[in-house]
Amino acid sequence: MQQLFRVFFTCFLCLAALPAEAKTFNAETFTLENGLQVVVIENHRAPVVTHMVWYKFGAADEKQGESGVAHFLEHLLFKGTTKVPDGQFSTTVKKMGGVDNAFTSHDYTAYYQNVPRASLPKVMEMEADRMNNLVLREEQIASEREVIIEERRQRIDNTPQAKFQEQLMSALFVNHPYSTPIIGWLHEMKELTRDEVLSYYNTWYAPNNAILVVSGDVTTAELKPLAEKYYGALAVREVPRRDRPRPAPIVAEHQIIMQDPRIGQPVTMKNYRVRHGSEAMEVLAQILGGTSTSRLYRSLVIEQKIAVEAGADYDAIAMDDTTFAVYANPAPGSNIQQVQAAIDKEIRTLIDKGVTLEELNGAKNRLEASFTYYRDSLQGPATLFGRVLASGMNIDWVENRVERIHKLTIDDINDAIDAVFQSSDLPVTGVMLPQIKPPPGKGDKGEKK
Amino acid sequence: MIRILPLFVALLLLASPAFAGKDKVLDVKVLKSSTGVEAWLVEDHSVPVISMNFSFEGGLVFDFEDKPGVGHLVSILLDEGAEKMKSQEFQTKLSDNAISMSFTAGRDAFYGRVQTLSKNKDTAFDLLRMALNAPRFDQDAVDRMKAANVSEIQTNMGDPGWLVARTFNGMLFEGHYYSRPGFGNLDSMSTITRKDLLQFIKEQFGRNVLKVAVAGDITPDEVKATLDKIFGTLPEKAGSVELPATTPGYPGKTILLPLDAPQTYIIAGGQGLRRDDKDWHASVIMNYILGGGSFNARLMKEIREKRGLTYGVYSALTNMRSADIIQANMSASNEKVEEAVRLLKESWAEMAKDGPTADELADAKSYLTGSLLLQLTSTSDISGAMNDIQRDGLGPEYINQRNSLINAVTMSDMKRVSAKVLQADKLAIILVGKPKNMNVDILLDRPPGMDLPRNEKQ
Repeated sequence: MQQLFRVFFTCFLCLAALPAEAKTFNAETFTLENGLQVVVIENHRAPVVTHMVWYKFGAADEKQGESGVAHFLEHLLFKGTTKVPDGQFSTTVKKMGGVDNAFTSHDYTAYYQNVPRASLPKVMEMEADRMNNLVLREEQIASEREVIIEERRQRIDNTPQAKFQEQLMSALFVNHPYSTPIIGWLHEMKELTRDEVLSYYNTWYAPNNAILVVSGDVTTAELKPLAEKYYGALAVREVPRRDRPRPAPIVAEHQIIMQDPRIGQPVTMKNYRVRHGSEAMEVLAQILGGTSTSRLYRSLVIEQKIAVEAGADYDAIAMDDTTFAVYANPAPGSNIQQVQAAIDKEIRTLIDKGVTLEELNGAKNRLEASFTYYRDSLQGPATLFGRVLASGMNIDWVENRVERIHKLTIDDINDAIDAVFQSSDLPVTGVMLPQIKPPPGKGDKGEKK
Repeated sequence: MIRILPLFVALLLLASPAFAGKDKVLDVKVLKSSTGVEAWLVEDHSVPVISMNFSFEGGLVFDFEDKPGVGHLVSILLDEGAEKMKSQEFQTKLSDNAISMSFTAGRDAFYGRVQTLSKNKDTAFDLLRMALNAPRFDQDAVDRMKAANVSEIQTNMGDPGWLVARTFNGMLFEGHYYSRPGFGNLDSMSTITRKDLLQFIKEQFGRNVLKVAVAGDITPDEVKATLDKIFGTLPEKAGSVELPATTPGYPGKTILLPLDAPQTYIIAGGQGLRRDDKDWHASVIMNYILGGGSFNARLMKEIREKRGLTYGVYSALTNMRSADIIQANMSASNEKVEEAVRLLKESWAEMAKDGPTADELADAKSYLTGSLLLQLTSTSDISGAMNDIQRDGLGPEYINQRNSLINAVTMSDMKRVSAKVLQADKLAIILVGKPKNMNVDILLDRPPGMDLPRNEKQ
């Protein structure tokens, strides 16, 4: 009886804490006649706004052999239109006291400006303009191609950890475009042409394939006529469906090893390909390895002292499958196999015994609080809605997330444990190891010139 | 009266309490607790979150010359147990209440930052009080954090971005306490004792060097009571130390730390202006035009936009207690380094000779004044910005005056400052990588202040 009462009591509390319409951000949405979806998140703390346009197209929608073209195009959209010549977009934003940039992922391409509220019409006008009227000269393509190659060298080739991550994704997403890096493979980036770039632009950039997200000191009533004026004039264009090949089953367990003299700290990580959008898996990642009170940290770092760091990670937002990763950095004196065995033992305990109510409630508290912290920022909520909508999920998925997390039960988490660790797709284990350098040969150290 | 009331209510809803209207950027309240601790507060009840930023002047100067990294170890150990609560208990309390608490041992100060939901504020501030007044420094926690730091040092030793910054600080401030490696090194991690950690906090945590800034869902009275509880029992005075001024070393020299990587990381650095120099705001405008973050900054235009030699090049001014520098950072493929560095120096010299154009000056003022509010959109932005202003020795009115100080800068100010600060031939150039065709004056075999990487020791 006492048990029953407690369950009832808890539920009563949760109902009291969360009124029926417990939306986290109270975002409003409407759709223009040409299909452009608009999302408004009001925040009147300061007279500023974030204006973002998200395209439902990313690196995972590129043709085979043209890797990097989505990201290349993102750079080239700053190169000018007939109305706003090369360099003038950012110059205009800066003059108004704003900042602007853009980013590309596997699932989306996004452009944003943070500006004083009076400048909102101007950035809307310019962003709508470059959806249709891009002008690209051959020499702009040539110099910007060098820029993205330098970007690849800086972000990926200069860093063993990033090169390793590319290899890992290739193994985990066999037959799926997530296996290709967003920035592109170097040999393909070098050969991207103006025609290929323009073909992508003409295929994917359309109002009916975009989402406008505005957050800050503006109301829906104020924004609607502006959206109609600037974006409403753009013509609908037929865009392809995002039909991506499904990932192939992983029936053999992989181990990928990288040795590099610049890896100072060994790392082992076990990666599972799992479904996106699962709050239960988020809670599971929290419990297993989200904090320094998590199971992995407690067991491997504090009690056994065989690792200096240990954790788990799951990113819920993706269009297709995503990764659940479990990792540890071995301490000096312990070897990779020992640490891997300890990770496996923790996973085995989870499968056999599940999680406790105390763990579940702690993880829920943290996840729920993270949404309050989100509301304390201007760009945070806009980015969240953009990512979610461009990845094919809807507004309610964000607004009702806190409520869904709140309702999770131990059974839900135990189901997630099975879905991750008992899946028919086997994990891919990655190991990074320091490589002992051979003694330096003559001239190897570089002489004074 | 009846007709006025709804209007009044409507106005209250429109004007957010934090932003005080057209003439004022922020409404900062200066509070003093009964034990004399001062804090600045920007009250804002729109989101149930509170952010506190505080700092104790000091930092590297209190670190130990023969065993660097004591301050950094303290910073990662303060939340590892205090009073009767051991590490796991303390960490559980933080994470169950979704409190974020962090500390940083910086070059000139020891910083702390707490962010909490307002409903958990009593717990958050009580944990902070314990962390500052009675950290445990249990041996197992000390060993664990040392091991984590050694792991971090070993990772950093393969990271060109970290290596170039370490080399820059180690060389340009050679002989000065600013050259000390804040994270420590492998040797120091094996020699630092619990006694050293206690010595550091005894010297560092004095109320006479404390600055506190708070923003968010909390009232002035609540802040005052909180200040007494957290800081009221700390020693009145921090240790007294000499702070000798220094200027950046190796002017005109090129220094290379070889690293086998496809790109070279580059920092160019020289003497900047003091924060209290009457031309300081002009130097801020100058930096923005030269390379302060815009795609149309001169360095970005010449080196990235026109020629594709780098993904990004940025200049920055850094004002420290005992030194002032201007620097530019970039990375470029090894075969492009010579051209990129030459162009950087040319841009430096050109601006020194002619100053900016009238358009550049107008655009820069327009950006710098217009963007102020964009940097103050969250409670942690606001408390962080206030703490910086406190540390610069300025009053709470500065944030409201700053834009008129920018607008008052004239073209002749700009020309004078550019000629004085941008001395291309006095730049020290630090390179980490395998650059081709560079004339190198000094070749290093390891980053200054660090032991050889473990791989090469074996």
